Parts: sequence; C-alpha cells; structure tokens
Amino acid sequence: MSRKTLTRRQFVAATAMSSTALIAAPYVRGAYAAGKLSIGFWDHWVPGANDASTALVKEWADKEKVEVSIDYITSNNKKIELTAAAEAQAKSGHDILQMPSWWPHAYSENLEPLNDVMEPLIKQNGEVNGTVKYLGQLDGKWLAVPATPGSQIKGPCSRIDLMKKHAGIDVQEMYPAGSPPKDDNWTLETFLKAAEACQKAGVPFGIGLGETTDSVDTAGAIFQSFGAELVNAKGDVTVKTDAVRQALEFYKKLIAVLPADAPSWDDASNNKWLISGRGAMIMNPPSAWAVAKRDAPQVAEQCWTHGFPSGPKGRFAPFLPYFWGVWSFGKNKEAAKSLLVHLSSPAAIEKFVVASGGYDLPAYANMTKFKTWAEEGPPKGTLFHYPDPYHRQTLSIAASPAPPKIAQQIYFQATLTKMALRFAQGEKMDTALAWAEGECEGFMRT
Amino acid sequence: MADVVIEQGGVARTARPRKARSLRNMLGRKSTVAFFLTLPLILLIGLLVLYPAFYSLYLATLNKAMTKFVGLGNFTFLFKRETFWMVVKQSCIFAITAVIFKALIGFIVAHFVHNIPGKKQRKWRGMLLVPWVIPPAMSTLAWLWLFDPSYSAFNYTLSFFGVGPIPWLGETFWARFSVILVNVWYGAPFFLIMYLAALKSVPDQLYEAASIDGANWWQKMWYVTLPMMRNIIAITTLFSLIVTFANFDIVRILTSGGPLDTTHLFATWAFQVGIQSSDIPLGACVSLFMVPILAVAAIFILRDVNKRGNEA
Repeated sequence: MSRKTLTRRQFVAATAMSSTALIAAPYVRGAYAAGKLSIGFWDHWVPGANDASTALVKEWADKEKVEVSIDYITSNNKKIELTAAAEAQAKSGHDILQMPSWWPHAYSENLEPLNDVMEPLIKQNGEVNGTVKYLGQLDGKWLAVPATPGSQIKGPCSRIDLMKKHAGIDVQEMYPAGSPPKDDNWTLETFLKAAEACQKAGVPFGIGLGETTDSVDTAGAIFQSFGAELVNAKGDVTVKTDAVRQALEFYKKLIAVLPADAPSWDDASNNKWLISGRGAMIMNPPSAWAVAKRDAPQVAEQCWTHGFPSGPKGRFAPFLPYFWGVWSFGKNKEAAKSLLVHLSSPAAIEKFVVASGGYDLPAYANMTKFKTWAEEGPPKGTLFHYPDPYHRQTLSIAASPAPPKIAQQIYFQATLTKMALRFAQGEKMDTALAWAEGECEGFMRT
Repeated sequence: MADVVIEQGGVARTARPRKARSLRNMLGRKSTVAFFLTLPLILLIGLLVLYPAFYSLYLATLNKAMTKFVGLGNFTFLFKRETFWMVVKQSCIFAITAVIFKALIGFIVAHFVHNIPGKKQRKWRGMLLVPWVIPPAMSTLAWLWLFDPSYSAFNYTLSFFGVGPIPWLGETFWARFSVILVNVWYGAPFFLIMYLAALKSVPDQLYEAASIDGANWWQKMWYVTLPMMRNIIAITTLFSLIVTFANFDIVRILTSGGPLDTTHLFATWAFQVGIQSSDIPLGACVSLFMVPILAVAAIFILRDVNKRGNEA
C-alpha cells in the first residue's frame, strides 16, 4: 500500500492557490444563493401576529435557500430604539432591523439605500403617503422600506352609545361602514363641543397630555389642523405665529374638559380609560378595542374607529409607520433586499393585516380596502374607516414638516403637549411661546 | 578571553536560580495571590465599568452627529438649557429627600426590630426586606396600578372617606411625592438591615454604664447609639445617595419624567435626550454630570469617616 505524503512545498502552494481563488473569484451571493440572514422584527402586540411574519420569512427562505434567524424585539421601554443605537454604534447586528418612525433618519449614515427596492414596490403597490416619504427618504434616497406590521393611524375610537347620548353625534351615521364618510360637520369645533358635553356627563374624552407618543400624536394632528408649525420645513423656528396661538387657545379649552391626571398619561392610560368604560372617546389604533373585545365585550361592541375632525387648514390624522432598514454594514444585503420585496408583496401585506386583526396598516395607497377592515367586529364594520379608505385625511406625524432630525426632538421631548399644558395651567401665552422657542433653538444642534 | 567566558557562564548559572527563587517568592507573597484572585473581578470591572465610563467621556466630547470633536461644547450648551437646571434641582430634591426618609424610617424600624426577641425577629427581618428583594421595575409596575387614573386602589379607598380623587401622577407636587414615596418604600429596608447590624455591634456594657450614670433614653441614643453607628450611617448614606441619584426605573415607569418634566432625574432625562431624541453625546453629558455632584458628596462623607477612623 503506497502512502502519498504532502511535502511542505506542495502544502504552501496549495494553500496559496486556494486562497487566491477564494479572494479573486467573483463574490456571487445574489438573493438566489444560500447564505445567512439575521432579522430583528418588532414584537407585535396582537397575539399570533408574529406567526404571520415567521411564516412569510420561512416561505421566502425555503425558496431562496437562505438560513434565517428572527429576533422579535419588544418596543416596551424603547427596546427597539436601544437595539438600533447599540447596533449602529457597534456596526454589527441584524441584517434587517425594524425601526420606529424617526429612526431611518436618525441612522441615515448607517443605512443601505433602498431605491432599487422601493421604486418597483411603489409601481406595484401604489404611491406611499407623504409621511412615509418624509420619514423614509433623504435627498431622494430611500433609507428604509415601510413595514406593514406596527404601522398605524391614531384616530378617534368613539363610544357609539355615549357620543349619541351626550353629544348628539351618531358616529356610525357619520362614518358608515362600506360607504364614504359624511364628515363635513365633523370639525374641531364640533369635537370640542362633544368633549365638553361628555365631560359634563362624567365620561370625558381620554386624551393624554403626557410625554409619550399617544399624547404627542394627538397634539401634532390638532396643531397641523391649524397650520401650526414650531419649526418649518427649512428649519426656521416659527413658534410665534398666529396659527400656533390659535392651536394653543383651542388646546386650552380642550384641556379644561380632559381628565385631571391626563398630564401623566402614558400610552396605556387611554386604552385603560376606554376599556374601563369611563370615557366616550380616545385617540388610538384598534388595539384598545381589541383588548376590550376580550376583557370588556360590552364596551367593545360600542366602539367605532373613525376619522379625525378637521380644522381650518384641513383634516390631519396621526400616522406612525414602522420601517424595515438594512444596515450598510450588514453581511447579506442582497438577500435582505430580496426578503423586503417579498414582505411587501400585496399577498404578504394582506396576510399581515389579517393576522393583526386589522391593526397593521400598509403605507401604500392601493391597499386600504382589504376585507378584514370591513368584516372585523363587533360591531361589524367598526374598523372600516380605520385605514382611511376614501383618503379623506392627510396622514401626518407631529412636528413635521421640520427637518426630521429636529422634528424627532420636538416629538420625543413632547414640546407640543408641554407648551399646551403650560398655557392651560396659567402661564402667559408669550411665556409659553418663548419657552417653546428656546427649546426649538436647542434642537438645532448638528 | 576564556576567563571571561567562564565568568560569564558562572554569572548566568548563579542568576537563573536567583531569578527563579525571586519569582517563587513573588508568587508566594500573599499580596500576589490576592492580586491574582481578584484579577477576574478587576478585569470585569475594567470591561463593564471603566471602559463604558471612558467611552461615555469620549462620547460627551462629540457633536450630535458624532462626527466631530467639540471638547466641552456639549456641557456649555447644557448649562444654557432651562430644563437641564430643572433636572439638576429635581435630582437633588429627589435624592436628598428620599435618602433622609429612608434613613429615618430605617433607623426607627431597626430599633423596633432590634427589640423584638430572637425567633420572631428573624421573621420580621425577612418580611421587612421584601420591598428591597423584589426587582424595582416589577414593584414599580404594581405601584403604577395603585396610582392609576382608571383603576387607582388609593383613590378608590380614599373615596370612602370623601377624599379625592388625587391626581397622583398628574400634578407636580403629587407626582414628586409619589416617585419619592416609591423610592423610600424600596430603599428603606437597605438602611434597616445596615442599621440593625450596627445596633447589634454596640456593646451592652455601654448602655449599662450609661444607665448607672443615670442617662435617660434620649441620652443613651445621643451619646451611645449614634456615635457608635456614625460610620455605618455615613457609608450607608453615601451608597444610597449614589444609587438614588442614578435612579431610573421608578421615574421611567411611573411618570416618564412628567408632568412638564417636573419629575425627570439625570438618568431619565439622559435617556430621553440620548436614546429617544438620538442625541447620544448630549445624553452622555447629562449622565456624566452626576459624577462631580456625587464625587463632592463622597469626598465629604468619606473624609469624615477617615477622620473618625483615625480618632479611634
């Protein structure tokens, strides 16, 4: 038996040749080649909704022969934001990370441009709304892809019985299931009168005045309805304007009829307010109604989600999109892009909407009339107007149109609600405005 | 030449055992053993405490986009912010008030527990430690429900006496009261256990001698108990001051800093500025501002402890 030995010279030559081959060979790892992909998804509130994401990813991974790992990250206590901050600092982490509204701009330097994904998607699914463009694009470059899971409108969720009884408003008639809204008289004036009537009847509207997003989003929509901007699109501070003054006057009247401890409310407080049966309206996506369905069915069957009241400058509704971003330091960017295309297909989007019981909202104009919203109940049709199927509202985010990096600070420091609260608690208008102006000037740091 | 070679070899031959011996001696020294035993901890502290500390110092010197060195620019910016000075004031109010009440309650309860006879004392000690043992994030969530606007157990109970409803977390006074209350509830057992240990170490003969001299209860407390507990009181106060100043979870869960920022502490505001508003350098500055305040407190308190140690 002969034994072939490898000489030192042969070993060195073989090693050098194989190394050269590995380095010089074209690195082909298209979406159609095997590889690994790690994803950080938002951990959905709705039980079972994560399963839809897992199934869709698995479907894609099986087809593309990619090994995928998914982490579901809760947004409780800003875990997603912390994850994004840590990964951006470490330049390492997931290939795809789902991030809340303001984060694509916050980490624009670390995100892979996704124009090659977004442009075909827009052609396929229809135009995206202005807020998605504002938050997802920078100088014509798409920073991230709008994610259906978690994206939401925080419009009014009214109690049918209480609004009819105390405010004389039939919300079902105003927003009939299956047909366009008859909302011409649904203005901020009508809204305020209804708030006053419900407060007198002991069932005040549950609108927070705290520092968390629900409070800020409502304030944002109301300010925009008056055309009030603290910082304009060019980045100029525009606090001392008539529009801001009008918005503050309106808010002062509204605050007078809100619960006494609204200044301390967090994002769970309004849900609890509705479910406990103590209020006639809150501003929230249908999660409060979904919990009521389980915990207080008698409350749930009286809930109706509908459009925002209009102000002098239009009808604005708070829209909070989530995004899927691909880190520029990610290891499998092509595969990541391919998966995002798969997750944004009309079939996948409908699956997300069905799995979340209608909570998740696609950002695309052609996708606001899925069956789920028409059929969910009780009462049947309660979510029909949730995705704004007749495009009656401008979907917006508080603090826009200020440049996003400034707006993010106005948003998270809750400058709008704080200014309104200061004025409502007796501070002079000029003092409250001067305070807000000082804050905004501080946000100009680069 | 040969002599030299031989001499060199000889030198080499004698140096080796001496070197080995000195290495053995060094390794045999208690201090060296102690150093190697503590090395894992030193490395851990270096990795988890020193590195982040220096990294945050570095972060604090960058601009918002973290692309440029700005020196102390972030600090000078902070000093001009009204909210920053409000946070400084509030952190002091929160920490000092909470520590005083924790110390007072701990001191009083430690005396009660100290006077409970043997077996029963263990049960009480165990029960009184419960608030300190539960993770604060969890217990604070329970407090949040007690203060909750819709389901508040406190307001429900008060309603039977015709009182309330009190906006526990909605008004500045009550919100500050509530966060301090929860911190005192959580932290008082630490003082209790430390003071109890100190009380047990006071020799009975001192009290007997004081009784023979005709000292009353108050005089025994003032001239015997307190002087014997002074060092423990100082150290406990310092530890608690540091932890209370750096508190995050209680305020974050109960009020998120509201209403109108009037319950923000350094840590919660740093989180809001650094993480939520994506201004990590400014957030690092806010959290670093605790260091000089705590360093001054530590110097005063520890200097006093050293002085007494020398006197002893």
